[in-house]
Amino acid sequence: MSSVSLRNVAKRFAGFTAVHPLVLDIPEGSFVTLLGPSGCGKTTTLRMIAGLLDPSEGEISIGDQLVNNIPIHKRNLGIVFQNYALFPHKTIYENIAFGLKYRKVPAAEVERRVKDVLDLVQLPDLGDRYPNQLSGGQQQRIALARSIVINPDVLLLDEPLSALDANLREDMRIELKRIQEKIGITTIFVTHDQSEALAMSDKLVVMSGGRIEQVGAPKDVYDNPRSTFVADFLGSSNILSVRCEDADEKRVLVNAGRLGAVSVPREKATDIGVDTSAKLVIRAEKLCLVPADAAPDQRMSVEAVVETVDYQGQAVRYFVRVGDLQLQALNMIEDRPFNEGEAVSIRFRPQDCVVLREDS
Amino acid sequence: MTLEKREARRPWLLLSPALTTIFFLLVVPVIFVVVYSFWLRTASGADQPGFYLTNWAEVLTDSFYRDILFHTLKIATITTVLCAILGYPAAYFIARSRRNKAMLLMCLMLPFWISYIIRTMSWINILGVSGALNSLLLASGIISEPLQLLYNETTVILGLIHFLLPFMILNIYVSVEGIDETLEDAACSLGSTRWQSFLEVTLPLSLPGLAAGGLLCFVLGAGTYITPLILGGPTDAMFANLVFEAIITQLDWPLGSALSLVLVAVLGALILIYNRFFGMSQLMKGLS
Repeated sequence: MSSVSLRNVAKRFAGFTAVHPLVLDIPEGSFVTLLGPSGCGKTTTLRMIAGLLDPSEGEISIGDQLVNNIPIHKRNLGIVFQNYALFPHKTIYENIAFGLKYRKVPAAEVERRVKDVLDLVQLPDLGDRYPNQLSGGQQQRIALARSIVINPDVLLLDEPLSALDANLREDMRIELKRIQEKIGITTIFVTHDQSEALAMSDKLVVMSGGRIEQVGAPKDVYDNPRSTFVADFLGSSNILSVRCEDADEKRVLVNAGRLGAVSVPREKATDIGVDTSAKLVIRAEKLCLVPADAAPDQRMSVEAVVETVDYQGQAVRYFVRVGDLQLQALNMIEDRPFNEGEAVSIRFRPQDCVVLREDS
Repeated sequence: MTLEKREARRPWLLLSPALTTIFFLLVVPVIFVVVYSFWLRTASGADQPGFYLTNWAEVLTDSFYRDILFHTLKIATITTVLCAILGYPAAYFIARSRRNKAMLLMCLMLPFWISYIIRTMSWINILGVSGALNSLLLASGIISEPLQLLYNETTVILGLIHFLLPFMILNIYVSVEGIDETLEDAACSLGSTRWQSFLEVTLPLSLPGLAAGGLLCFVLGAGTYITPLILGGPTDAMFANLVFEAIITQLDWPLGSALSLVLVAVLGALILIYNRFFGMSQLMKGLS
């Protein structure tokens, strides 16, 4: 088990830069997720750590060893690929024993370790089968077993759940996290799925356009996005152009047009000066629809009309109109969903908002 | 007629033009050849219809024919092995190249635009006494007398490789193309070198393509008479040359028929063995 550190690592291909110089430290034993839309450089970064791509510049270290010039087969990494990459002409046993064979492990120990890891992934009796006789979820577990049986220093997971259907994906997510915690291995997980990223990670690295947008604990990144990209990519947010009218060390007062003057606590609006343009972020789930005649409470309240209702079972996504603004709200259903065209009152708390600089 | 019945009839309806053609242009002539092989050629040169085993007795017992059959199989084997060794790296390279794949495949097809006979004859201009290679060596003073490079077993094999290599490359290409590249990455991540990963994963998975290419090369190579005719010496005759000689030169159709059926039987047996291990579908994949 080892930490991983990237120092100004960049990757340029002919004509474009996939990853701009980035610095990233992955502590020993942690579960770190590289999250971003396709083309954000997350897979390129993973492939550089794996040794499948050479960085154009910068240094990659695993533990305290610089690995830039160490080929993939000597890096001692466990990699789970998106399509599992199980060897179709080898049995499950042979697939798992493959890495042990190249580590010159004695036959008796190979047998024991393969058996142990099959127990760990809860598929003890599949050794004699071939990969195409297994379901997607089983193949996924075998791919994981094959990568951890060699006791790798770091486990790299390249969108390992994306080929599974939705229900299985959630089961595997929990399973994967259980196994990772049990063996305590440093894990780098690449995904474009925010719920996977939020649920599994100790540390979240949000990437966009080949750059790191924000690094932090999932809750931290979710609650305090530092750029409009992060605010929009993680969950859905309403992002409004506002003007900062007053600011002191306790709070920042912004004029949000039809939503009125919003007084946001300073820790949610760092780096904002008086009389500047800014962006006000209100998460869709923090915007609450109540009947137009509901009694006032401590929240801010604005009259609105429901335009679109997107029913999702336990929750509803509403698009509401406030003058020339369209806002979205994600609410749990109480009694009944609101109807399209219904006049409502939208409520939100200023401390749930975030103010970002205009250029972020 | 019910829908099911019409559905069941449709494949036969669609196949009928092809089946009719094959029946009249392949099955019927082969039956003629079988019948011919039991006729007898008289001293006068006329064919004597009947049921004589004379031709078969001659073909199956005369060591002359047996030796040439073994020689033919030897040449075909050497050619096939060399095609596999030369063709695999090329096929692998094309299958794994990203940008120029279409162009490279096009280059592979290019020789088919020129007649096989012309392509074979071109070696005379390269290796002949006044050919390109001798001229170059003479001009550069390395030799003082032109070398006799043509008309031996080596040039026959060379000509066959020239003819058959694209078939081998195409078959291997199709099967390597179908192998997921991340399998090799996965093998490397588990501790094997690139070369070991290739031997462990890609090579075994591409064996069906290699076998299909091998079968095609072998059957086409063993059945050719043009290459030894153009590039071979007097002792380099292959089995198909015997058929050519019997039928075209000596007009001995009964003997030629028996000889050609022997070749059909030997190559047919090889195809059956191949089919037993790999199945015909792989061959079709390579041809499509």
